[in-house]
Amino acid sequence: MGSWDVFIQQLLNGLTIGMIYALIALGYTIVYGVLQLINFAHGEIFMAGAYIGLAAAAAWILVSGTALTGGIALAGVLLFAMLGAAALGSLTERFAYRPLRQAPRLAPLITAIGVSFVLQNVVMLLCGPVDKRYPEILAARQYSFGLVSMTHYQIIILIVSVTLMLGLHLFIKKTRTGKAMRAMADDTQAASLMGIPVDRTVNLAFVMGSAMAGAGGVLFGLYYHTVNFHDGYLAGLKAFTAAVLGGIGNIPGAMLGGLLLGVAEGLGAGYLSSEWKNVFAFLVLIAVLLFRPQGILGTRVVKKV
Amino acid sequence: MLSVTGLRTGYDKIEVLHGIDLQVSAGKIVSLIGSNGAGKSSFLMALSGLLRAWNGQVEFNGQAIHGLAPDAIVRAGLVQVPEGRRIFAHLTVEENLDLGAYTRHDPPGIRQDKEEMFKLFPILKQRLRGLAGNLSGGEQQMLAMARALMARPKLLCLDEPSLGLAPMLVEKIFEIILGIKARGLTILLVEQNAFKALEIADWAYVLENGKIELQGTGLQLLLEPKVKSAYLGV
Repeated sequence: MGSWDVFIQQLLNGLTIGMIYALIALGYTIVYGVLQLINFAHGEIFMAGAYIGLAAAAAWILVSGTALTGGIALAGVLLFAMLGAAALGSLTERFAYRPLRQAPRLAPLITAIGVSFVLQNVVMLLCGPVDKRYPEILAARQYSFGLVSMTHYQIIILIVSVTLMLGLHLFIKKTRTGKAMRAMADDTQAASLMGIPVDRTVNLAFVMGSAMAGAGGVLFGLYYHTVNFHDGYLAGLKAFTAAVLGGIGNIPGAMLGGLLLGVAEGLGAGYLSSEWKNVFAFLVLIAVLLFRPQGILGTRVVKKV
Repeated sequence: MLSVTGLRTGYDKIEVLHGIDLQVSAGKIVSLIGSNGAGKSSFLMALSGLLRAWNGQVEFNGQAIHGLAPDAIVRAGLVQVPEGRRIFAHLTVEENLDLGAYTRHDPPGIRQDKEEMFKLFPILKQRLRGLAGNLSGGEQQMLAMARALMARPKLLCLDEPSLGLAPMLVEKIFEIILGIKARGLTILLVEQNAFKALEIADWAYVLENGKIELQGTGLQLLLEPKVKSAYLGV
């Protein structure tokens, strides 16, 4: 393999994981947008999504007695994981964060860390502390393009992620509810003076962000073949980094941040050392906070008086 | 149309409004004047449901609206243009107008009202796709008013619409307010610019330290010695 091929290969690997980071990062950024809250439990929603997908697959095998394969099976598992994660996100908002809406901002932040521990431990108690094997829903296949190759799953991850992100982007950009979310991000009080129901819109932001994370969880499980109850911690922290890198609160920024972080990790792992893979992500976070705290796309429109 | 009796409210434990009685009848402009900190904005916040009424009643078209959520009050037809415009700076001018119509579900009517707004505020049509945050202060005030009108309010509450604007623009804003009244809308105007506010008012109240101290027609208050010395500087 020439050096060029190595580069392309690592770029593709980085893009794949970057897509998953981007899916999770969206949840951080949407919720931050409407509530100025960093939902530190979001990584756990992602992890729970992976487990809900796993449970759906296991339930299918139990009921039908046949192995779960094919595109429709994958779509079904994804849908279940998204719905389950969305419900979980909605519940955490309703019962953990909403009662603290008027409290000082540190209170919901600490609560988020608490929710994160609760979710981790509930999953550990239900499913055990060891790695769970993820079912091979699609046959392991390899596609070669010249000297570069992609697995079946890499292609699926690209397709599913791009579709979901495009869908979300259009929703936020075009629909009435999407506009209401952006309005709330600008000025919550003014939004409620326009008749936008604040509680419902906040909840919807959690639902949508969590659904994205749930899909990300399934893709993550398929890609790495196993899941563990503490997978949400590192992935969540990296996705948070991605959201900050792109500009927290900025939706295209979260996608861009996720991809860039994935690529930085892929190239770092390929050229420097895969042992240090996780370090790159946090070097990126420190660098962003030092040199461009508003993120890549996070610009401010000057408010005129 | 609007009838407020004995309204008390405040922040935390500090009472700001000590029992306000105020009426607005349909088709009129009612002005509420008073100095900084008298409680004018708090009064509008309480009407809009952003500040909970501790005591007293707010009746709007025969319906008790104190205690309703802000979005329910908008749907009932009471819409506020908040102090400082508070337009959605990162959204386009058109998106701001669309959000004004958030509570409505009649796309043809919304489109028609948008055209109306372009007649009333031609500058908005030119800036339709631009970010609202890039508008000048006067343009932002017009956008804030247009955005509120898009909700098809029955009662429009304006909080300091002339604040921080150049004198020429102040004239323009008051002309527009009269234009809105001519379309049959009822207006509750909160202003520091007492002279202009009294000039266009059918009825007016003077708020001092959380209490209504005086009321009368705009003309009566313009001639009232206490108002003259305290608010008109003559």
